[in-house]
Amino acid sequence: MTTALSLQNVTKSFGAMEIIRGVTLDVPPGERHAVIGPNGAGKSTLFNLISGRFGISSGSIRFEDQEISGLTPYEINRRGLSRSFQVTNIFPRLSVYENIRCAVLWSLGYKYSFWRGVDGLVDARERSEDIMERIGLAARRRDQAGVLTYAEQRALEIGITIAGGARVILLDEPMAGMSRSETEHAVALVRKVTEGKTLLMVEHDMGVVFGIADRISVLVYGKIIASDTPQRIRENAAVKEAYLGEAAH
Amino acid sequence: MSALAKLTPWIVFAILLAIAPYIFTSGTSRTMLSIMALSIVFALSYNMLLGQTGLLSFGHAVYYGLGGFVAIHVMNTIIRNKYAIPLPVIPIIGGAAGLFFGVIFGSVSTRRAGTTFSMISLGLGELVASSALILRTFFGGEEGITANRARLAPFFGYKFGSQIEVYYLIACWCLVCVVAMYAITRTPFGRMCNAVRENPERAEFVGYSARMVRFIAFSLAGLFAGIAGALAALNFEIMNTQSIGAVQSGLVLLMTFVGGAGVFIGPIIGAVLVAYLQVTLSDITGAWQLYFGLLFIVVVMYSPGGIAGWLALHEPLYRGRQLTKLVPAYAMNAVPLIVMIAGGILLIELAYWALVKSETEGPETSVFRIAMNTNSVWPWIAAVILFLGGAFALRRTWPRVQDAWGSALARVREQPA
Repeated sequence: MTTALSLQNVTKSFGAMEIIRGVTLDVPPGERHAVIGPNGAGKSTLFNLISGRFGISSGSIRFEDQEISGLTPYEINRRGLSRSFQVTNIFPRLSVYENIRCAVLWSLGYKYSFWRGVDGLVDARERSEDIMERIGLAARRRDQAGVLTYAEQRALEIGITIAGGARVILLDEPMAGMSRSETEHAVALVRKVTEGKTLLMVEHDMGVVFGIADRISVLVYGKIIASDTPQRIRENAAVKEAYLGEAAH
Repeated sequence: MSALAKLTPWIVFAILLAIAPYIFTSGTSRTMLSIMALSIVFALSYNMLLGQTGLLSFGHAVYYGLGGFVAIHVMNTIIRNKYAIPLPVIPIIGGAAGLFFGVIFGSVSTRRAGTTFSMISLGLGELVASSALILRTFFGGEEGITANRARLAPFFGYKFGSQIEVYYLIACWCLVCVVAMYAITRTPFGRMCNAVRENPERAEFVGYSARMVRFIAFSLAGLFAGIAGALAALNFEIMNTQSIGAVQSGLVLLMTFVGGAGVFIGPIIGAVLVAYLQVTLSDITGAWQLYFGLLFIVVVMYSPGGIAGWLALHEPLYRGRQLTKLVPAYAMNAVPLIVMIAGGILLIELAYWALVKSETEGPETSVFRIAMNTNSVWPWIAAVILFLGGAFALRRTWPRVQDAWGSALARVREQPA
């Protein structure tokens, strides 16, 4: 296995609008890779294609050398690729503990079983406890997810995403809408929970991106115009013109 | 929680089922208890869809009715061929029939949730109900199909000829089904039903097919509805096309919603209440269906969590020992509430008599055992005054309840955790 995730000439059109216009991207195992780009560049769409939320129009998406385009979100998730959402997407009326436990059940092999009690599943409980510790929500385990603060919900979102033990994690703007101190906290959290995993993230906060990412891809109008180390991206003239220049204003 | 504390509600429930026919000893009330017990199974099966998985079905009577019809045909076949199969086994056959049709219809209707699911369930319900009128050999037309339960092979000497014997049979099945349905809510599948109800998309991104979860829930709901239908078949010894149609589907929705879909015990409360009203109210007034409709509207508007949801609101006050603080405010509100309801009932009964009965039976009637004449203006004025007066007074006293709630909750929050 040379790549954890490999996209070849992926395109996506909605009607006559071509949103993704031939994206090619290789992410080796263990790499922390960020996708940046101006609003409307297609970053979230790209995530929706990789995670199976939308089907691709053409091209190929391979996860650990297996084609995954055309699979459903749950099939992709079961293979070991998990994603978070830009707009918090949790189970609002379930407790924090239930939220996390729902996210560990499939990966522990419990599937749709309706013949064994869930509270007696020691591995599911221990894994859930461990995840809650790691995302710092152990004290709020009984609270309904819907009443958590925004930053806590974002942490829960990440917790649900990593709970199944996926090898490739996609985080869609995990720090969106956070204050500076919350962001610092979240950066530490993302670093911690993606330890040893492959990470692909979309993020607007340049400080965050340059701090976390091993490599950065710049997506502009549905195409990747550069894919390189943070240092080189910073120096890339095309990137400066298309994106960083704008952001500097 | 200790094992005993967990078991206590079940022991209480079992004891209630066991002693109920010795508290309510008349023939009617024992029949009513049987109807309550089988309605509990039916309503809980419905709540596997509505409360647990968030699926609003308008055709759940299909599985109840088909389970009942298959059960009654099997009973007749057993009698005809003198098979040594006793009555207590029949609900298994009804359940199998409910499961079978649940799997078939579930495979087409659970593809989507929300309005699509509701509309398909309505369509399937009408489809089955109208084919029931055509397939007369199986559904028996308007007369229905009868069977004599006492002619099956005896079960340890019991022939289930009397109502009390059949009640205990139904009660045993009720207990087994209630425990099973509760247990299912506490399994990985049961938890994912809730997850799919809350956010089907997110459930797909943690590895679960929302459609498969809905499909399994639908099939299991069919299984338990089929058992309930078979219990009805052996209780009434007759099944007719009404039990499969929209009215029956509406009734189980009413039970579940009035009792409270959000709490496991809700449909149990709803089934008991609705079965009670169904038997008693239809004896008291010809306008009983109107009261059912009003009850449903009132619950939807003022307590969308149903009776159980309303009771559950009090739980933090109960734990904080502040519940008694509500008593004066509730008592104060009860007076205008009762006056308003009395006025409403008087109005409905007068209108019912004037519109439906007076032509054949004359204008004299009695409401609350008070003789009155619907041609006179005074009973109408009295009814309007009671209703509006009660409503007006209730608007004035209601803030007291809110205040009492507010201060009681504040006191609970002040207590150390």
